[in-house]
Amino acid sequence: MSKKDDKQEVETTGHSWDGIEEYNNPLPRWWLWTFYVTILWGVLYTIAYPAWPLISGATPGFLGFSTRADVAEDIAAVDAANASNLEALRTVELASLASNTDLQNFAVNAGAALFRANCSQCHGAGAAGVQASGYPNLLDDAWLWGGTVDDIAFTISHGIRNEQSDDTRWSEMPAFGEILEEEDITNVVQFVRQISGQDHDAALATPGAVVFEENCSSCHGEAGMGDRELGAPNLTDAIWLYGGSVETLSDTVANSRFGVMPAWSEEFRGASGLSQAEINAVAAYVHQLGGGE
Amino acid sequence: MGILDKHKKLETNATLLLVCSFLVVTVGGIVEIAPLFYLENTIEEVDGVRPYSPLELTGREVYIREGCYVCHSQMIRPMRDEVERYGHYSLAAESMYDHPFQWGSKRTGPDLARVGGRYSDEWHVDHFTDPQSVVPESVMPKYAFLSETLIDGEHIDELLATHAFVGVPYSDEMIDAAKSDFRVQIDPFGDIDGLLERYPGAQVRNFDGEPGVSEMDALIAYMQMLGTLVDFSTFEADASR
Repeated sequence: MSKKDDKQEVETTGHSWDGIEEYNNPLPRWWLWTFYVTILWGVLYTIAYPAWPLISGATPGFLGFSTRADVAEDIAAVDAANASNLEALRTVELASLASNTDLQNFAVNAGAALFRANCSQCHGAGAAGVQASGYPNLLDDAWLWGGTVDDIAFTISHGIRNEQSDDTRWSEMPAFGEILEEEDITNVVQFVRQISGQDHDAALATPGAVVFEENCSSCHGEAGMGDRELGAPNLTDAIWLYGGSVETLSDTVANSRFGVMPAWSEEFRGASGLSQAEINAVAAYVHQLGGGE
Repeated sequence: MGILDKHKKLETNATLLLVCSFLVVTVGGIVEIAPLFYLENTIEEVDGVRPYSPLELTGREVYIREGCYVCHSQMIRPMRDEVERYGHYSLAAESMYDHPFQWGSKRTGPDLARVGGRYSDEWHVDHFTDPQSVVPESVMPKYAFLSETLIDGEHIDELLATHAFVGVPYSDEMIDAAKSDFRVQIDPFGDIDGLLERYPGAQVRNFDGEPGVSEMDALIAYMQMLGTLVDFSTFEADASR
């Protein structure tokens, strides 16, 4: 009760609701000063950083803060830190890259990061592709266009059947559905299954061999071993890009396939492309995954 | 105490209190929002950005209908990790014809602001039909039904007119030609000169490889143009931003 008496010396706000009045106690001093400091902080902040809108732009702030300049600086700083490696990687003779351990390590690590960001969606995070769906496995020994680091780098730069690059890897198998009789297709499919060592009907494969000789051997070779100059796959291994079943092979022969890959070079993709050093890094990474030649 | 003593009037008059509270709150809105409409550097000038073609705009409608923005952003922020992964940071000009914008706020899936040209059409078909078939670790749902829904663009001119109403510079000519532009964009052998003149850089091909215009065609047409319009060879970053 005595406390109440002390407080009666405090002024009231003058409000009165049904006879109830309100004290006007001063705020704690520490609280009040903190409040004033936040106001001061707010004012200084708007001077230091971009803030007040004017006629054609906002005040820039005396610290010169700019997110765009910051990111450009960040990137430049990392590029500068890697400059000697990137320059070496850009100009290195790719065939001899593996003998330069330090540069090879740099290339493989950089390439792995670039692969995850740009390549993994089709070739898979582990580079195993998507089996029998047209997304090539990069771990095995089968290469359509060559498996040396140089070959791989060229494919990455120019893409496959990419219209932006004149030097792109381009092969185009005719859709034999419009050229051959259905019976011929059935036969040649059996022949392809024969040379690839799968179950087949020998009676059909024999006439199929003739069809193959006349229509397919100019690109796939007489023995069906393929031709990398033309991007024609080897048909005698057990590796299939789209599948080796009778049904899939018939579909491939009749309608052909037309897999594509972007041309990743900056030359064709501008700012979202990869630099030559980056392409070499990805090539080095892919090359050492297991299938490199 | 002057004016401070007058607050009794405010506190005993609910309507006046409401009006005055609103005025106080409005100050914040005016200072923060209004300048964006007149400041000359809000949207930088860049070469290449154009309104969406009718088919792309339809794909965008599908994108919105399916709620793609819930898991995908379209906003590459100016940070090194994002620029390294997705490409050049997004510019305001790139979404100036978006009503509403699709910046998104959460990335369960990757950012799509520059997904255009990154994958083949076949990849997109495979991926929309069954995302796990190409990206096993993906949690994206399947959208195979998009291939089965054929669309005829019956109301596409009205859609363009609506966007024109909210400020997208679709001309009367564009709106009149909307239906034919809509159909011709999947037909490389059709009469595409008008389409390419109205929408420079529009990609014309049968996106899903199936006859007819399906929602899959529209959505892939939209995917394949995202982030591809700006000519970055002529772009200079304004340091004041």
